[in-house]
Amino acid sequence: MSADTDRGQQQRNIRCLIAKVGLDGHDRGAHVIARAFRDAGFEVVYSGLHRAPDEIVQAAVQEDVDVLGISILSGAHNTLVPKIIDGLKEYGAFEDTLILVGGIVPDEDRAELKEMGVSEVFGPGTPMKETIEFVRQNAPDRD
Amino acid sequence: MSHAEDTTYEDRNRELVSDLLAGEHRALARVITKIENRSPGYRDLISRLHEHTGHADVVGITGSPGAGKSTLVDKVAKTYRDAGLTVGVIAVDPSSPYTGGAVLGDRIRMASNVGDMDVFFRSMSARGQLGGLSTATADAVKALDAFGKDVILIETVGAGQNEIDIVRTADTVTVLVQPGSGDDVQMLKAGILEIGDVFVVNKADMDGVNRTVAELEEMIHLRDNPGANLDVGHHGVDTSLPEGVSGGNGRDHGDDAADDDGDDDAPDWKPTIVETVATTGDGVDELVETLADHADYLDDSGMRAEKARMRYAEEIRQLLRSDANELVKAELDRRGGVDGLAAAVADRETDPYAVAEEILEPIRECVEDRDET
Repeated sequence: MSADTDRGQQQRNIRCLIAKVGLDGHDRGAHVIARAFRDAGFEVVYSGLHRAPDEIVQAAVQEDVDVLGISILSGAHNTLVPKIIDGLKEYGAFEDTLILVGGIVPDEDRAELKEMGVSEVFGPGTPMKETIEFVRQNAPDRD
Repeated sequence: MSHAEDTTYEDRNRELVSDLLAGEHRALARVITKIENRSPGYRDLISRLHEHTGHADVVGITGSPGAGKSTLVDKVAKTYRDAGLTVGVIAVDPSSPYTGGAVLGDRIRMASNVGDMDVFFRSMSARGQLGGLSTATADAVKALDAFGKDVILIETVGAGQNEIDIVRTADTVTVLVQPGSGDDVQMLKAGILEIGDVFVVNKADMDGVNRTVAELEEMIHLRDNPGANLDVGHHGVDTSLPEGVSGGNGRDHGDDAADDDGDDDAPDWKPTIVETVATTGDGVDELVETLADHADYLDDSGMRAEKARMRYAEEIRQLLRSDANELVKAELDRRGGVDGLAAAVADRETDPYAVAEEILEPIRECVEDRDET
């Protein structure tokens, strides 16, 4: 039972949750991201549409994802994102989860989201490569 | 989470396991991640969990893509929750053999258990490694078991090797079939019929249900009485199915193969067919009852204990195989890797058998030395 044997079999994958939250039915972007992440070699859990913040928290905690990507195009980010972040904190999952927001977010709201703990906000037209590279660079280093 | 290299993983594992046993979801999730990643120290982690396991009912659910596994699992989990039981779900999805990436979409169907943390749902990717699925899944089941889940559902697509793995891991195997999934020859080919303890014909509101049920019944009848369709007055035909692996019917008491439906007193399990409509929940109560019946059968017949022993035997073998593999790999690396040896073989300087013999020799010597002392 040596550590060497353990290391030999180790196979770490970046796990992501792509989440659609609230009354926002636009999931094309989330699908495209999910697929691009898959092709980048990530394991992507997709939440499905119309999820409540609680469900996103439940999924992020249980799936133990490295990255939580929240897709919002409804403009409700200022209400929904804080709820998700509070929930993550409650379960001790906030510290080592990389939180991203994608969608339509006005410039003046970005700073506030980042202050809350969102690492980056990706607007329309962001090259896929950029997002993937950001995840690779910033995915939390656990053990 | 400590990143310090000098903290031994034993300390972290001790803490993680005590958090898990205390009911912290985060710790359970992290333990499963470590198991999945084969992180340093995961073996120590599983060793620590082992003594706390052995209390959960483990039910495997397999079937072709689109048969309704996730939806059914959702409804079954809900039924258990309504009865006051806690539930763990492991949903295995395929991963890309090219990039290793995967989209795990089973969670989308978990609509009935929204916000209920006592349903612990975990998606796992098969990670494209042969045999990796069974070990990682089996170990994740242990984590859920130690956590105190009453029922653990494993959901996996039935398209090759996986459903055999599920047999090794689960106490009860449920095979999902949908109407119109081909004629009876498809059923002969499928190979999943040997493993089911319970068969579910899902989407029972579709056309062709009766036919599918009838074909299943016939298949099960043949499986239990291999001589039944031969119509000969001779009963010496032994079942050729591996007992236990097939869900362990203590069958073949020998007599009246043609018309015996297994009505003798010894505890015996005849695979049961249940019709469900997972989207509406029709038939789910009946399925849960059938699963309970099978659990009772396992207890009464002593099959549960026997299955557990077989499971552990297989697990020990598998661990030994993979560890022995690592030893050989390390020895191979010490000799400069396989490429140089392959080139030598290609140049006719040596041959594969000689190379293998040469590499194994030191290992063999160690083992033989031990034998002599």
